[in-house]
Amino acid sequence: MSNDAIFALLPLITLSTVILALMLLIAFRRNLALTCGAAVSGCILTLCSIFLVNNTGVPQQVTPLLVVDGYALIFSAMIVMVTGFICVLAYEYYKCRGEQQDEFYLLLLLSCLGGMTLAHSTHFASLILGLELLGVALYGLIAFPSRGRLSLEAGLKYLILSGVSSAFILFGVALLYASFGSLSFSALSAAASAGTNPLFVLVGTGLIFAGVSFKLSLVPFHMWTPDVYQGAPAPTTAFLTTASKGSIFAVILRFFISLDGYQYTTILEGLFWIALASILFGNLLALMQTNLKRLLANSSIAHLGYLLVAFLAASYVGGKALAVEAVIFFLLAYFLTSLGVFGVITLMSTDPDSPDNDELPQYQGLFWRRPIMAMFFSAMLLSLAGIPLTAGFVGKFYILTAAVQAELWVLLGAVVIGSGIGLFYYLRIIFVMTEQPSANDEITMPVVGGWAMATLTLIMLTLGIYPSPIINWVSEIARLMT
Amino acid sequence: MMMVCVMLLLFFGGVLAWLTQAWHKDYPRWISLATCLIAGLLLIPLFSAGPQQQVMVAGTATGWIELVQAPWIPRFGISILLGLDGLSLLMVALTIFLGFVAVLSSWNEISANTGFFQFNLMWTLAGVVGVFTSLDLFLFFVFWEVMLIPMYFLIAIWGHERKSYAAMKFFLFTQVSSLLMIISIIGLVLANSIDSGILSFSYFDLLAHPVGGQLGWYLMLGFFIAFMVKLPGFPFHSWLPDAHTQAPTAASVLLAGILLKTGAYGLIRFTVPLFPEASLALADTAMLLGAIGIVYGAMMAFAQTDFKRLVAYSSVSHMGFVLLGVYAWTELSIQGSVMQMVAHGISTAALFMIAGALQQRLHTRDMREMSGLWKTMPRMGAIAMFFIVASLGMPGLGNFVGEFLILMGAFTVHAGITIFATLGLITGAIYALIAMQQVFHGPIKGARGLNDFNGRELTAMVPMMMALLCLGVYPQPIMDMVNPVLESLHLVTTAEPSLWTGRTP
Repeated sequence: MSNDAIFALLPLITLSTVILALMLLIAFRRNLALTCGAAVSGCILTLCSIFLVNNTGVPQQVTPLLVVDGYALIFSAMIVMVTGFICVLAYEYYKCRGEQQDEFYLLLLLSCLGGMTLAHSTHFASLILGLELLGVALYGLIAFPSRGRLSLEAGLKYLILSGVSSAFILFGVALLYASFGSLSFSALSAAASAGTNPLFVLVGTGLIFAGVSFKLSLVPFHMWTPDVYQGAPAPTTAFLTTASKGSIFAVILRFFISLDGYQYTTILEGLFWIALASILFGNLLALMQTNLKRLLANSSIAHLGYLLVAFLAASYVGGKALAVEAVIFFLLAYFLTSLGVFGVITLMSTDPDSPDNDELPQYQGLFWRRPIMAMFFSAMLLSLAGIPLTAGFVGKFYILTAAVQAELWVLLGAVVIGSGIGLFYYLRIIFVMTEQPSANDEITMPVVGGWAMATLTLIMLTLGIYPSPIINWVSEIARLMT
Repeated sequence: MMMVCVMLLLFFGGVLAWLTQAWHKDYPRWISLATCLIAGLLLIPLFSAGPQQQVMVAGTATGWIELVQAPWIPRFGISILLGLDGLSLLMVALTIFLGFVAVLSSWNEISANTGFFQFNLMWTLAGVVGVFTSLDLFLFFVFWEVMLIPMYFLIAIWGHERKSYAAMKFFLFTQVSSLLMIISIIGLVLANSIDSGILSFSYFDLLAHPVGGQLGWYLMLGFFIAFMVKLPGFPFHSWLPDAHTQAPTAASVLLAGILLKTGAYGLIRFTVPLFPEASLALADTAMLLGAIGIVYGAMMAFAQTDFKRLVAYSSVSHMGFVLLGVYAWTELSIQGSVMQMVAHGISTAALFMIAGALQQRLHTRDMREMSGLWKTMPRMGAIAMFFIVASLGMPGLGNFVGEFLILMGAFTVHAGITIFATLGLITGAIYALIAMQQVFHGPIKGARGLNDFNGRELTAMVPMMMALLCLGVYPQPIMDMVNPVLESLHLVTTAEPSLWTGRTP
């Protein structure tokens, strides 16, 4: 392996080193503040290395397994950023919940490493490796620390379903291997255009998509989502809904473009129905929820549906670059926004004896009790709803543009209806926050987490008001990618 | 740059009003009052720019009082493109004027969280000013949405008994329709980029390559529905009575006075010029919808017992005239529509303010509970009489000029629909006079010791009365101001000889 190759892998190596150091640190001295500080500095270090590599050594294929290009790096940066924020937000959450919480950071960083591997992978071996690294650490994170039945149930549910879906993916990979004789994405495209038995390819890709849809919680594979979201501690839910889903989506998009899967109309038709159902059912299921985490779980189903619209828009000849651009930007906006929403729930849940404060009535009158926090929360919810001047709007604008260009009128109709329903339940939360508070219970708002939320809101609004720099970067990546 | 200053002034005035709440709960009011006054003063020099000879044929940008351009998102050809011509200036002036009135009308009504209230008020105004000046369709859409959120808060937080329902309905109607509009905008831009080779959201570039055919028709519908909901046009009006009834007085004033006008402005500025062919195909239907709205609104107003609801339905009726005038698309009828927009903005704002004043004194909006109020509050009675006759179209006041021009212009295009629409004048007189009779005449009922209009309320009312009187007696300055704009818009749509030509009387 050449020096260049090792340099290109610097982000992955940095994070691995940080994880090892963190493990040793915990073994010698248990101190939550210290662990948190180390994890956050590790994330910042990794981010720096990502930008360093981005400025010099891309794109580069490092071993058949991994590729280091702009696409991999921007997703890595997004995942690491999310992880860093969760580290900060989780500090006060776990601090008030007693000792022995340090391992949370270890598992979180491991999961983050898995996500980064996925973003880099161009080979099924690295895909499975990343997927399992991400997933196995997540089982621990979801049931961590076991605070009763719900959390345990969620962990177990995710373990079983995730295992089953991994089996689906593996079987699909096996079928593809049987027809192409290779596990590398680049070999797939060559073999696919040479003409092989389309049945194997169709069934194999179909199985992979079924497995992935479980992990992305797309309808009809979404049953686990509300339960797991509700049962998992809020910081974990934040990671699950952003980095975990985003990295899987990133790798599957890369796989599909390499395979040139857009020639298989059967698959596209299947994805069309999945997208349509996800948007409509996700929003409808969220409509009457009074538990915020369940509500957001269902709204995340809908958001993944929107994302799938952009995924499908890449089938339009000449529209691939715009679609990839749309996926990246939408995911970036979705990451920031979801992180913000779950961040607020995390900060609200500082009562050590009870589970998370995620019931809607607990937010009544937040505008008058904690005005700043309510402002952050409203900004994030408006971004989820796709209101202008927020990042979510630019993301939705991208999706709409890609879909109009590809002339996906039915899906556009679904996006309009879905957004309308979505608006209703996001506004309901805001309305509850503007009501007069019923009980005058003072909530103490964590200081460190508050600053993290302020930063996050600022980034989100900047992305909504002046997105040009990011758009230029993303469009360059998308152009090189396709 | 003056309009940018006005917008920034309103934005920062709102923030400042919110911040000063911490010191004293009266500061926010004074700050927003001062903000509106300064904004109004800033506008005065622009009027002296005189009647602009404006030529805006297909894609050129000349003859603007002010034009500001800066790149924003070059990737999609989105820029910050703001332009002020006679029409925009008139609308902005109306906005600031009614903003001033709204601040005064909320003076004593709002006691909780005055800072946040004034913040929302100022931001609504800033958003509306943005809507009236944006010439980049993306920017226009951003302002279009931005003005709604503070309005949502105004209704949801300070509204009356069913505020949750009303605020939600208002927001859902306008948002879903505006989603259709953003899809249309994107479709229009992409269709244009195939034609011209560049991606641009600029109004001028889009005017240069009109999209026709079936695609043009569907794209036009997206705009049309969004503006119809806001107007509100006949089948899309059902959010309006609820929103108006539940909103606090200041929000009602803004909603009726200027937010509805953004819909009409959008039709005049964007829908018809951008899609001349499709709009012509829709013209008869739209005129019919306008006429139905006029009569239906008047009949519904007649059936109301809630004073605010009555005024709200009368708005549906009056905005039907605007729709009729716009889609008749003769020079006379568009002039009439603009006139009607201004006059209706002022008269309805005043009526809502009277409704708010009544509710504050009597704690009810039910007209059956009111009687003989002229005797206890003579000043209010006289002023209410003035605005009610203005609203029913009494010659000599602004509304009459607007309605008369609209009907005259529309008659040459479609006599049948126009005659039907004229029925609205009769029904309008019925509901307005009956309301007057019920509330202010008859025996005195209930409490006698009611406070008549005080100095603050008169400060808001007198300028509005004078404005309506000026508009009615000598409307020529307004005509001179907007005529060049309307002529050039008219010219854009009739550039192709086959289109709209039969419409010039």
